[in-house]
Amino acid sequence: MSERQRGLIVLAVLAFIGLAMAVAGAGRGDPLQAHGYIVLLFSIGIGCVLLKGYFAPEPPATRLDSYYDDPSKVGIVLAMGWAVFGMFVGDWVAWLLAFPDLTFDAAWSSFGRLRPAHTTGVIFGFGGNALIATSFHVMQRTARARMPDQFSPWFVLIGYNLFCLLAVSGYFLGITQSKEYAEPEWYADIWLVIVWVTYLLLYLRTLARRKEPHIYVANWYYLAFILVVAILHVVNNLAVPASFAGAKSYSAFAGVQDAMTQWWYGHNAVAFFLTAGFLGMLYYYLPKRAERPIYSYRMSIIGFWGITFFYMWAGSHHLHYTALPQWVQTLGMTFSVMLIVPSWIAAANALLTLNGAWHKVRDDATLRFMMMAAIFYGLSTFEGSFMAIRSVNSLSHYTDWTIGHVHAGAMGWVALITFGSIYALVPWLWKRERMYSPALVEVHFWLALAGTLVYVFAMWNSGIIQGLMWRTYSDSGTLTYSFLDSMVAMHPYYVARAVGGLLFLIGAVVGCYNIWMTIRRPSGAEATADTPLPATMQPAE
Amino acid sequence: MALGERDPHSGHMTTGHEWNGIKELNTPVPRAVWFFLIVTVIFSIGYWVLMPAWPLGDSYTRGLLGSDQKEIVARRVEAAAEERAAWAQRIAAMDYAEVRADPALMAHVREDGHRLFGDNCAACHGMDATGNSGFPNLVDGDWLWGGSPDAIARTITVGVNSPVSKDTRVSQMMAFGKDGILTGEEVMATADYVKSLSDPGWAKGKAASVARGKGVFAANCVACHGPQGKGSQELGAPDLTDRNWIYGGDIDAIHATIENGRQGEMPAWEHRLSPADRKILVLYLLDRGEALKAGAAKGAPR
Repeated sequence: MSERQRGLIVLAVLAFIGLAMAVAGAGRGDPLQAHGYIVLLFSIGIGCVLLKGYFAPEPPATRLDSYYDDPSKVGIVLAMGWAVFGMFVGDWVAWLLAFPDLTFDAAWSSFGRLRPAHTTGVIFGFGGNALIATSFHVMQRTARARMPDQFSPWFVLIGYNLFCLLAVSGYFLGITQSKEYAEPEWYADIWLVIVWVTYLLLYLRTLARRKEPHIYVANWYYLAFILVVAILHVVNNLAVPASFAGAKSYSAFAGVQDAMTQWWYGHNAVAFFLTAGFLGMLYYYLPKRAERPIYSYRMSIIGFWGITFFYMWAGSHHLHYTALPQWVQTLGMTFSVMLIVPSWIAAANALLTLNGAWHKVRDDATLRFMMMAAIFYGLSTFEGSFMAIRSVNSLSHYTDWTIGHVHAGAMGWVALITFGSIYALVPWLWKRERMYSPALVEVHFWLALAGTLVYVFAMWNSGIIQGLMWRTYSDSGTLTYSFLDSMVAMHPYYVARAVGGLLFLIGAVVGCYNIWMTIRRPSGAEATADTPLPATMQPAE
Repeated sequence: MALGERDPHSGHMTTGHEWNGIKELNTPVPRAVWFFLIVTVIFSIGYWVLMPAWPLGDSYTRGLLGSDQKEIVARRVEAAAEERAAWAQRIAAMDYAEVRADPALMAHVREDGHRLFGDNCAACHGMDATGNSGFPNLVDGDWLWGGSPDAIARTITVGVNSPVSKDTRVSQMMAFGKDGILTGEEVMATADYVKSLSDPGWAKGKAASVARGKGVFAANCVACHGPQGKGSQELGAPDLTDRNWIYGGDIDAIHATIENGRQGEMPAWEHRLSPADRKILVLYLLDRGEALKAGAAKGAPR
């Protein structure tokens, strides 16, 4: 069976499932109906693209001598599209928090539905697509092997985006299982399991074909990301559908067990999705761009195993001073404290790798994106360990400090390393000498940095003020401030935060334009050979 | 392993591995790393020894300090209640006039009342208690259900049209237009008449309509709002002759009220706030109202 046939069959099965969902949902007036139509239309749309080239002659067998990069190219474009969508919704809800009337008087546009559309859009849409696109690129280069087939990467990329589409459209329709960062319902979760297992197998099969004796650090991190996210996703989403003809399901967990499972998931999503995966990115694109060797192989090893081991225990620090037994909180706190060491090893290893290339950091905004990302990685991991200490947490918990911390990580670390990697990768993939406009990369860098700093400083201020207002007692022995007093005090910071977010969003739009123009510009000089077995290069061993 | 080469910049050897041009130095792990790893591990072990930490089947290691977060919270809540009790008990025992005559107690009322009002009442009535559309002003001295301390306390306790309290105050204005009790023209005429009660200029050039509205009013509205439209505090029917409006006093708002009726709701706070807290709120509102009046008399801006 050819890969084209395989693709058509999978799409036909998917279209049939979509139709079945639509019919089943229609019978009960369930929102599953709308999702059925989305799956159906999605399958038909992809099917049309496939059929357009279906009868074209097979490409020559020489293609097997080169890396397969088309899915990475599409993945980057999708990542940038999701970035603009997710950041736009994010900035909208930021303005909404300062001016609650800046919305439509409709259920879909309520804060509770827009907010997960923002988080899913940026984390899974932007971050996930960037991770998939770069991991395909990195694993082939560092294994010096082409991916084993062409069907799997497309299945992973397109299937993953169908999941994101179901997730985000579901929020607007009111479909959610109300678990933070795990909102999509059971059928979308099952679909993601299928996609993710294919992703894992694809990665392992490519590594198995490798022509290098050793497996590079970036691959350890990408593999940890894929493997652990699979485990987290399956366990936290264990649920019983109320009906197979409806979207609603009930979690397998209840009460404090549910909370603990959720935050074991939630914190390790930060660890393995937003940290491990992007460390994989950092470990490839930073030394490539700086043209420097990794500072210390030994630090890579300690950092990797420290991060993977300690993070697993840390989730309970999200539940300090709750019904969760105190001993679980103790373990979460102490492992979070120990976690700072491997985190800083990874950050230091990245920054020390730049020794001998700091002049490039000064001149090259792309490399500066990556350098700044490593700094924010160090800052936010320090902050995270600090906030996990129970007595600190009693001030910071439930305040905007948490939001500031998350965004120092998400904007300063995750988004900056992604933009840096994409700016490095786009000219390589499309065989251009450089980005369309290095000046616009520079503009994007400063917009992103300014936006992040404004955002994070606003939230630090508001969070600490909030925390202090909530614990200030008057001479009467009663609380001095009502909650509304603290809301009023937050207003200027909320405006500042929304401005910071807007700067960041504008930066992403500038980036999209620059990437688009780079792709459209005709190929200049042929880039240097980038194939699995260049004639002049021999295996390292 | 292939032999490494020396990196000219750092002077360290590489590991000899290479991946698409990326090499690694074999730099030893800096001492500081081991130092901080040991420090954090020692801190953690010390913390485990002192605090509840490791599970043991159906129990756990309790730690040398015997810390128990539930016990700590209970103790702190108790201590806080004791601190409060010193003045709160006196407020609970004294009657309203006595408390209001005691400046020390009123200072507590102002502090605690601000927080109580902010957390429980301000969402509808506004931070300064001057009300919002649909929610009456509580500091203008114009009370729907009576402005005596006991009347205010009762409103807070049982609420208005509350589905929770059996003894709730009940006041429902019918949807005269929507339910077909009055014709569209009659609703218009009544709105004109009601508007003219507080705004005599409105009747200018609308004499016929106002006169017709007066008749409709006499037949349909006086039971609650009284023959002069002065309202009734027994029934919670607002005075229509003053300039204080709950739902707005422009002709469109008045028309909408007559057309669709009003069934405003206030929760009963009987089970949410203690009697002492409700008493503090009553005192706080009366005090705020008076301060505002005094300020207005002195010509201070509101």
